[in-house]
Amino acid sequence: MITNKPNSEAVSRFATQLQEAPAEVEGRSLWQDARRRFMHNKAAMISLITLSVIILLCLFGSQLGDFTYDDIDWNAMQIAPDTASGHFFGTDSLGRDLFVRTLVGGQISLMVGVLGALVAIVIGTLYGAMAGFIGGRTDSFMMRTLEILNSFPFMFFVILLVTFFGRNIMLIFIAIGAVSWLDMARIVRGQTLSLKSKEFIEAAHVCGVSTWAIITRHIVPNVLGIVVVYATLLVPSMILFESFLSYLGLGVQEPMTSWGALLNEGSKTMEVAPWQLLFPAGFLVTTLFCFNFVGDGLRDALDPKDR
Amino acid sequence: MSLLSIKNLEVHFSTPDGTVTAVNKLNFSLEAGQTLGIVGESGSGKSQTAFALMGLLAKNGKVSGEATFDGKSIVGLSEKELNRIRSEKIAMIFQDPMTSLNPYMRVGEQLMEVLMLHKGMTKADAFEESVRMLDAVKMPEARKRMKMFPHEFSGGMRQRVMIAMALLCRPQLLIADEPTTALDVTVQAQIMTLLSELQRDFNTAIIMITHDLGVVAGICDKVLVMYAGRTMEYGSARDIFYRPSHPYTQGLLSAIPRLDSDDMAALPTIPGNPPNLLKLPQGCPFQDRCQHVSDICRYSEPELITTSDQRQRACHWLAEEQA
Amino acid sequence: MSTQPILQVRDLKVHFDIKTSSLWPWAPSLALKAVDGVSLDLYPGETLGVVGESGCGKSTFARALIGLVKSRAGSIKWQGQELLELDHHGWREIRKDIQMIFQDPLASLNPRMTIGDIIAEPLRTFYPRLNKQEVTDKVKTMMMKVGLLPNVINRYPHEFSGGQCQRIGIARALILEPKLVICDEPVSALDVSIQAQVVNLLKSLQKEMGLSLIFIAHDLSVVKHISDRVMVMYLGNQVELGQGKALYADPKHPYTKALMSAVPIPDPDIERNKTIQLLEGDLPSPINPPSGCVFRTRCPIAVASCAEQRPTLQGEPRHAVACPRVA
Repeated sequence: MITNKPNSEAVSRFATQLQEAPAEVEGRSLWQDARRRFMHNKAAMISLITLSVIILLCLFGSQLGDFTYDDIDWNAMQIAPDTASGHFFGTDSLGRDLFVRTLVGGQISLMVGVLGALVAIVIGTLYGAMAGFIGGRTDSFMMRTLEILNSFPFMFFVILLVTFFGRNIMLIFIAIGAVSWLDMARIVRGQTLSLKSKEFIEAAHVCGVSTWAIITRHIVPNVLGIVVVYATLLVPSMILFESFLSYLGLGVQEPMTSWGALLNEGSKTMEVAPWQLLFPAGFLVTTLFCFNFVGDGLRDALDPKDR
Repeated sequence: MSLLSIKNLEVHFSTPDGTVTAVNKLNFSLEAGQTLGIVGESGSGKSQTAFALMGLLAKNGKVSGEATFDGKSIVGLSEKELNRIRSEKIAMIFQDPMTSLNPYMRVGEQLMEVLMLHKGMTKADAFEESVRMLDAVKMPEARKRMKMFPHEFSGGMRQRVMIAMALLCRPQLLIADEPTTALDVTVQAQIMTLLSELQRDFNTAIIMITHDLGVVAGICDKVLVMYAGRTMEYGSARDIFYRPSHPYTQGLLSAIPRLDSDDMAALPTIPGNPPNLLKLPQGCPFQDRCQHVSDICRYSEPELITTSDQRQRACHWLAEEQA
Repeated sequence: MSTQPILQVRDLKVHFDIKTSSLWPWAPSLALKAVDGVSLDLYPGETLGVVGESGCGKSTFARALIGLVKSRAGSIKWQGQELLELDHHGWREIRKDIQMIFQDPLASLNPRMTIGDIIAEPLRTFYPRLNKQEVTDKVKTMMMKVGLLPNVINRYPHEFSGGQCQRIGIARALILEPKLVICDEPVSALDVSIQAQVVNLLKSLQKEMGLSLIFIAHDLSVVKHISDRVMVMYLGNQVELGQGKALYADPKHPYTKALMSAVPIPDPDIERNKTIQLLEGDLPSPINPPSGCVFRTRCPIAVASCAEQRPTLQGEPRHAVACPRVA
């Protein structure tokens, strides 16, 4: 049978290992793990690079052209793409340079998308986490409010705003921001409810951590993964929403433009000047594709079990 | 001729971080009506052994080696042949009976389906046979319970249904993967009594996979102790419990508090933690936790040696004396 | 052992409201009686084991003691102070003294925090004035105490095995130097070889820091090993309470007897030749428990009068049992 003596030797050996502690080791957080998995995902990485190129182009590319977005080139009305004249993407029916207009339109579209997603993240996460964590009557009240907002006809709301205040980029932000956070709040609430019963939340209660600190320190970081994924998928739908508004003529005011507005103009002259449709459409589609691939890649990276 | 004989069974998984050897060179045999206990801690490969035998490994898993059941090899069979063996010759029960029962089907339908599919019985015959089997597993009011859904049963009753379903086709071998881990002790006692009675009545061989040495002591004729996917020791239950010869078996037996002991001193422990299968050390996988470790254990992995008293053992310590 | 108990629980009841499927909002909601009248005294430095099967209310009892679930009735006195009357701030102060260790080692640690932050959280909450270095020093000392290498302070929970995670949980519970630690099944999720390590660690820390422990488990052998006194629960009621030695040597209540006979013993000769008292039937629903003695539906020695009155603990404090037929 076993004797206690060699066993206590083994224990003391284990203890001396403890004494001779080497330098501190850095841990690998779940975020770092996720980044490693994301880097291995080719489609997502290529999309991320493409996306960065598009964003950089939109931000600084307009300086490359000789024209501004509202310059009218009287000598080149509706001409095809051509490097000699400096109109790389051709011009529109008013003689404005399409290259610059596409990039400037991209600025607006991307800004709408990213800001819309940001509004969704901030309001949606806090609202959802609070409703889910506090629970009970507060939760019921907050969720009913959300349902009422959700059932509100937003297209009608936008049209109303535009008729009263005129076309303005700020109005689009308000309209988009108001819709975008609703779904996010629902998702975060669901996640919070499932986190709430986890033992580490109970442990935090036992440690005397305040409600606010539990929400910000324990709940929010743990729902952030799903929030980030949802936000990347939200950006393209925001861009689409803006394009849709612009296509209806409710979007940005001329001569400012966006991808949606460009598509609207391009579709009118599609038979005679297809480039007016194809260039903005190409940018829009590529951007949407990239955001979706990046979102998918993030989901796989952050939640490897679900694959 | 043994009912089941396993030679050099290995299970490998390919993961993004490298190949994991979950089961390494396993050898054992089982006679009809006998019970083999496979004991080990989580990650020791005991469940993967069972899954390999049943052809139920995850997609990234690969089996190699020989496994002969009733004179036929069962490694690398096609899905169709496997299905036939699985249902008629070898049955398996799992730790969580709820996940193995369809929650949207009445228990009776699930039992009858097995009989109608594999034995070609008529509906009426299948019903009678199912009731008989529920009676055999001591289900009270069996006839009434045929119409109930799985969620209407308690954990113990669900496990009885699973056992009844496993025994419907009168299999020659029953693999039980931690069948009582999720159950309370009093229910565990009921299920274990039931299993040994059924074994006597049907002459079924049982492979009992568990981490509970008490359960093993109650039912098993032979015991296989696994660690890091390898056999540490294999022999008759009496040898393993009364004359354990491997440091791991010895440590395991002394580390469990016993209800029949009044010794309140600190429990002898096995220091350290189970090894990571991806980063196994060179030599013996148990070396860092072993109290008899010597230099040879650090560089050479001990071979599995059959000793004079018909047991297998993989350890350098006292190897010469045993051989 | 001092004669003054630090914790006195009297007739504690925890009921959960179950929503009925009735259409009418004024329909009476059903009560699930998770804990139904538990009384006990706990003395400083003592270990009280609580055993019972799933659904007996032992985890709810633990959570009620520490205020994680609301108690319906009864009293909990901590060093003479009534806990059930405390408000939010009062509870906060108590949590310096009463801490808890959880069942699932990994789930009880926030996966996004380093273990240094996890162990330091109670310190940061209660002593916000401590500077970074002081906190780190205290955390490292505590990590050494529970057998963790201090150099892993910046690692994350998923990089540790179950046993190590449980050590982290113990370190977090002990860093405030509490007087009472409630251990809710602290070893049931661990491997056999790791269980012994954690049990020994708890025992030695208890001696070193003079802790009282309430040790909840379904494994009677582990409870026997660690406890001075043991309470057996069934369906929210306490059925037997006594000194560990006396209770294990001579279990009186028919349920305790059945429970003990069912525990498998790792010895083939003993295990195969013992007689097991099998319990008939299933656990009754705690929503509608049997009248009188809750165990009577499965009891081998029940008589008609058992249905009439609810038995209370009788007998000397050394060993009391809630059954008039055997007391």
